[in-house]
Amino acid sequence: MKLLVAVKRVIDYNVKPRVKMDGTGVDLANVKMSMNPFDEIAVEEAIRLKEKGVATEIVAVSIGPAKAQETLRTALAMGADRAILVQTDEEVEPLGVAKILAKIAGEEQPQLIVLGKQAIDDDNNATGQMLAALLGWPQGTFASKVEIADGATVTREVDGGLETVKLTLPAVVTTDLRLNEPRYASLPNIMKAKSKPLATKTADELGVDIGRRLETLKVVEPPKRQAGEKVASVDELVGKLKALGVAK
Amino acid sequence: MKTLVLVEHDGSSVKDATLAAVTAAAKLGEVHLLVAGKGVGGVADVATKIAGVGKVHVADGAHLEHQLAEDVAPIVASLMASHDAFLAPATTTGKNVAPRVAALLDVMQITDILSVEGEDTFTRPIYAGNAIATVKTKDAKKVITVRGTAFEKAAASGGSGTIEAVDAGGASGKSSFVSAELSKSERPELTSAKVIVSGGRAFGSSEQFHALLDPLADKLGAAVGASRAAVDAGYAPNDYQVGQTGKIVAPEVYVAIGISGAIQHLAGMKDSKTIVAINKDEEAPIFQIADIGLVGDLFKIVPELTEKL
Repeated sequence: MKLLVAVKRVIDYNVKPRVKMDGTGVDLANVKMSMNPFDEIAVEEAIRLKEKGVATEIVAVSIGPAKAQETLRTALAMGADRAILVQTDEEVEPLGVAKILAKIAGEEQPQLIVLGKQAIDDDNNATGQMLAALLGWPQGTFASKVEIADGATVTREVDGGLETVKLTLPAVVTTDLRLNEPRYASLPNIMKAKSKPLATKTADELGVDIGRRLETLKVVEPPKRQAGEKVASVDELVGKLKALGVAK
Repeated sequence: MKTLVLVEHDGSSVKDATLAAVTAAAKLGEVHLLVAGKGVGGVADVATKIAGVGKVHVADGAHLEHQLAEDVAPIVASLMASHDAFLAPATTTGKNVAPRVAALLDVMQITDILSVEGEDTFTRPIYAGNAIATVKTKDAKKVITVRGTAFEKAAASGGSGTIEAVDAGGASGKSSFVSAELSKSERPELTSAKVIVSGGRAFGSSEQFHALLDPLADKLGAAVGASRAAVDAGYAPNDYQVGQTGKIVAPEVYVAIGISGAIQHLAGMKDSKTIVAINKDEEAPIFQIADIGLVGDLFKIVPELTEKL
């Protein structure tokens, strides 16, 4: 069975985002960029399904600028078989991304699409669910365990604990943090990835309208908290807690 | 404007997160509710009492027992023919359903709103709460998820909504519920607790995490939370996790013990009214935002604190 994984190029997880002085957004000039951590987990899961013999081919897709090729090469180095970049310099919203992925799913006919539950830049947590809706497929969101056998059995991280659902295939799965620990690409695999096929398309060629529905009016830093005082002993802390009314 | 709010419930009671979403909806206009589930007459009655609500639409069907997104989203989408905005609490249930509704309506969702600035303008956190964006939507219909800690809870009583049964549709046949492992606890729920004690990786093991934190939580009537590091290390289950990728909380008092204060954790608790930090590292970032700090060994401090409270 063929698997599609979607990966996004975002600010590196370890970089502290800085809001631009003019309030138009977050400064990404000369900032380290990497694959969205949740998408790394998606790629890893796809590779494990291939290693188990469940998947036969993994196609990695990214929507973004020319530099998103690097993100796709990372996916190829980890173990994806080929890649598709839908190139655009626009910031595409989840709805636009879902439409592009739905179009590609129509062409590629995968049985499973795996993607991160959210990107760590816009924090929408929406693309997977939107994609499932557009395709009329079932969705297994916030997955911490995925088993493929006569459909997909997905354990989901929910507010009260865990929930397991059974989905017919084809289906969309979005990954949560505890699904797996992504591997590092080895040097030989990084070299090998350079010769794996990477096709480039545009949203226009796919006939998808990616016009934004949300206009960002401004971006500001959140209100800062001031550091308070340090207490020297447990007795002093107990006194403070009593003053707050939380201890008797 | 007519709004429709998804009622989050467990089959018997309305979850608090719903009440915050009602407050956000009331800023936009008339508030109608949707209760979807199996045998939810009781929940619907409770929902009619929420202050300020009009119609309470009730979709009752055996296939809705577990409120699967595949079955709930089409019901919402069809109700949106007569509503202008759909709001769901930004809980795992709301986050599962709302984007599916948005795509069915060809609308871009406005995620996790912190405030309503106007009928089409909202603020929302991006980059794990390191930036706040003000966004204006061009969509005629709005699909919104609401951060529970950012809005006051509407009063759960005093309302006089009217119940209206709606077509519950049928099962999609594409997804089905298998099982749930829900944490059972006598303690308050994390997202509605007034006091939270939260532990980090410094506890060293699941045994020590519970042996030290549980008695303290019981003394304070608190919920127990954990950092991502503690959850990843297996000291606490995933539903304990406070942070950008876990639960967003804002209790009266948040006691962070053995938590250094990674950005992703702070994003989940920095709106707490009072933050207390206990950490052996004086330089830990948690102290930069804590109102009350105590530097020292948690293995000595926590038992002493529990005893003296």
